[in-house]
Amino acid sequence: MKWQDTHITEVLVIGAGLAGERVAVEAASHGHECTILSLVPPRRSHSTAAQGGMQASLGNVAMGYGDNPDVHFEDTVKGSDWGCEQDVARLFVNLAPIAVRQLSYWGVPWTRVVPGKKVLPDGREIEDLPEKEGLIAQRAFGGTAKWRTCYAADGTGHVLQYSMDSMVIKLGVTVHDRMEAVALIHDGEHCYGAVARCLRTGTFRAYLAKATVIATGGYGRIYGTSTNAVINEGTGMAIALDTGVVPLGNMEAVQFHPTGIVPTNILVTEGCRGDGGYLLDKNLHRFMPDYEPVKKELASRDVVSRRMMYHIRQGYGVESPYGPHLWLDIRHLGTEHLYTNLREVCTICGNFLGIDPAKDLIPVVPTQHYSMGGVRTNIDGDAYGLKGLFAAGESACWDLHGFNRLGGNSLAETLVMGMVVGARVADYVKEAVMDFPPTLVSDAVKKQEERVKQLMTAKGTENVYALRKQMEETLLNKVGIFRNEADLKEAVATLSDLYARSQHLKLRSNGLGPNPEVAAALRLPGMLRLALCIATGALNRQESRGSHYREDFPKRDDANWLKRTLAYWRPGADMPDLQYEDITINELPPGDRGYGEATGVTQVGD
Amino acid sequence: MAQRILTFSIFRYNPATPEIKPRMQDFQLDETPNMTVFIALNRLREEQDPSLMFDFVCRAAICGSCAMLINGRPQLACKTLTAELPETITLMPLPVFKLVGDLSVDTGTWFRQMCETTEAWIHTDVKFNPKAEEERMDNAIALDIYEAERCIECGCCIASCATANFRDDFLGAAGLNRVARFLIDPRDQRSPAQVFEVVGTDEGVFGCIGLMACDDLCPMEIPLQTQLALVRRKMMAAALRCQCQK
Ligand SMILES: Cc1cc2nc3c(=O)[nH]c(=O)nc-3n(C[C@H](O)[C@H](O)[C@H](O)COP(=O)(O)OP(=O)(O)OC[C@H]3O[C@@H](n4cnc5c(N)ncnc54)[C@H](O)[C@@H]3O)c2cc1C
Ligand code: SF4
Ligand code: SF4
Ligand code: FES
Repeated sequence: MKWQDTHITEVLVIGAGLAGERVAVEAASHGHECTILSLVPPRRSHSTAAQGGMQASLGNVAMGYGDNPDVHFEDTVKGSDWGCEQDVARLFVNLAPIAVRQLSYWGVPWTRVVPGKKVLPDGREIEDLPEKEGLIAQRAFGGTAKWRTCYAADGTGHVLQYSMDSMVIKLGVTVHDRMEAVALIHDGEHCYGAVARCLRTGTFRAYLAKATVIATGGYGRIYGTSTNAVINEGTGMAIALDTGVVPLGNMEAVQFHPTGIVPTNILVTEGCRGDGGYLLDKNLHRFMPDYEPVKKELASRDVVSRRMMYHIRQGYGVESPYGPHLWLDIRHLGTEHLYTNLREVCTICGNFLGIDPAKDLIPVVPTQHYSMGGVRTNIDGDAYGLKGLFAAGESACWDLHGFNRLGGNSLAETLVMGMVVGARVADYVKEAVMDFPPTLVSDAVKKQEERVKQLMTAKGTENVYALRKQMEETLLNKVGIFRNEADLKEAVATLSDLYARSQHLKLRSNGLGPNPEVAAALRLPGMLRLALCIATGALNRQESRGSHYREDFPKRDDANWLKRTLAYWRPGADMPDLQYEDITINELPPGDRGYGEATGVTQVGD
Repeated sequence: MAQRILTFSIFRYNPATPEIKPRMQDFQLDETPNMTVFIALNRLREEQDPSLMFDFVCRAAICGSCAMLINGRPQLACKTLTAELPETITLMPLPVFKLVGDLSVDTGTWFRQMCETTEAWIHTDVKFNPKAEEERMDNAIALDIYEAERCIECGCCIASCATANFRDDFLGAAGLNRVARFLIDPRDQRSPAQVFEVVGTDEGVFGCIGLMACDDLCPMEIPLQTQLALVRRKMMAAALRCQCQK
């Protein structure tokens, strides 16, 4: 390694999505020097893809009147199927309104309240009052008692990211894009920063910091078909797991979104159903009210996705060369509404399906979407296991979402948690001293350089893309929406075989410079470790909770499973070590969600 | 329709091997239904040449990563259907931006610089009060700001711009659109005269020769012509006011 390439900073943030940038802005505003690493320029991070909006109980619109943090809290805990940390949820709902208003202060053009009488698609008449004119508006999302999702037309994530990044630029925060963190530098007690591979040159360099924050987003792409961006490969979680001392929480909690389009899996927002869209089957029958008479299309995502898959399994899916799907119908919302508030949906339909949603039905199927699991942290954002390591956003398991995240709660989490963790990190670095054991650093870099050398010279036989495809298919087919012991056992066996084989990769290109095959080869073993955490966690958990649904254990089992999985990967192990911890339940005791298959309530349709 | 065999003629250059000069390389691929250039390039990488460099992130035409010259025209590769192209497809990296390798260019650095030059953030003396209700805004204004904010920094308008191609400090349509975005935002307290200091130059608004190559290339269909006119109008007014004061 070249010591002169080493970059030293007070705070190292890995990830430039909303969570990472919000942490950096908070720490920088407290006067600390920050450096952000990212695979891509910040404004290309996956956060920009969020169309729908973020939840905060402002209660500015007619259907949101009377909303407050208590109602938001209850929705969040029920949504999580009592899997979330309730003190975290409380902190979150109290801060979300501040986060939304602060983003407005930083420039987000939130859609505003326009007063007047309106008729909803179901015929109800409502009136937005003149005294609320010009305040931030909310729309409906699934699993919420009130309209609570603040939005900017059809591009909430985009404008949030652009405003956050404008603050990063204003504050002069250093950003190194095309710089991939590939390992943490640590001694089993402290984290000292990370080793990164430059995606412009293919070389490695050390980043040393008092505090290191993982904000690398989700791992959706290990499922192959996912609504996530192609860069969402979970490497941030993987390098935390690789330390052997930092656990990942609840990796078996994987969210499937009801409306990925067929084929391409691009998401069309929950706003479609929030604004009054229906789900139809092959007979053009609106089937959701049959299963969910109260919430209909707007039950929580895990429930709607299961109802859809169940309905398809009963033979009501529409056949297509890409497998059976259902229809999303938003034609009745009218051209004007569609081309203003859901324009992104219209564009996606036009570009990728060649259809016009004002006239045509949209083919949809539940698709992998969100990772509730991630680097386990306490309420301040400190990662378990290593001092000086923190996490925020989708890559963290703060645990706001438990076993199912509510739509709109993720953007809100990135900003609220970013604010909280940023302040915590600022405090931490004030006390901490800069101190780096030099051999630890050079060994960490050397280890990565060796890996590449090995890849370029080894006599392995395995093709990285072929192994990867098998991993994707295994997860999708055996660790999907409906799970059972036989499938999960098979998945664990296949994945551990793939993991063994991933140690014997053979490059087919020369591997020189910023070579993408090298990047893929370096990532694959870590991705397989995540896959094994998901599959073993799911196999062990003999109950159904939120998005984790076991056909052989269809009920929630609070007596035995009201706990969180912690997956560790001990040095040299070939399987994760699963531990469990209690969940903080200090306000709302476990009960009935009011939708879904529910504990103590007869199973509808399942 | 008979299945086509497509020929992709792709620009190749790896900065790690400067002794190999930039060149065009041909690949053959069978076309599948609904194939996009995104699907094609990934298949080429996985099946034929794993060293091939290109950039995709969202693959849904919203992140701005994948602009390239497709048969000479700057466009987003992820939303370009091969069915709309002839059998031979030439792929080149975007001009103006620094080359990373093959089809990958560094748009990020260019856009960060543009944001720094135009100080593309809200300038205000107002302090944020976490306890207060948000300031109100007319929804029509919010939508106008949103319209300008929709730019995804893909660089298509820059690559196609004659001025940007020979002046590397020219802000281009994306830069001027960014200026317009803050000009119409009531939260930004900068006066047009202050903005004029930044953009009332040849690098800024007056470098534009108005041929509108940029306008119909924007994948977000941002009305660049209107936005450029808005900035020009405000800048002329600010310039006149400055003249009068002298
Ligand atoms: C299509 C879609 C729509 C959505 N819509 C909504 C919505 O309407 N409302 C809502 O609340 N939520 C929504 N979500 C979820 C939400 O957008 C994400 O959970 C959230 O944006 C994640 O933000 P993040 O900052 O944690 O991660 P990301 O935005 O994914 O950012 C991750 C960052 O980490 C960087 N990175 C990753 N790995 C490394 C590495 N090894 N080294 C260096 N850098 C790295 C990346 O470059 C990137 O900058 C949606 C998700 C999808 C997929
Ligand atoms: S109109 Fe102006 S900005 Fe647009 S391409 Fe022509 S010179 Fe460039
Ligand atoms: S203005 Fe349009 S073409 Fe130019 S960078 Fe923005 S999105 Fe791309
Ligand atoms: S990959 Fe995001 S715009 Fe093409």
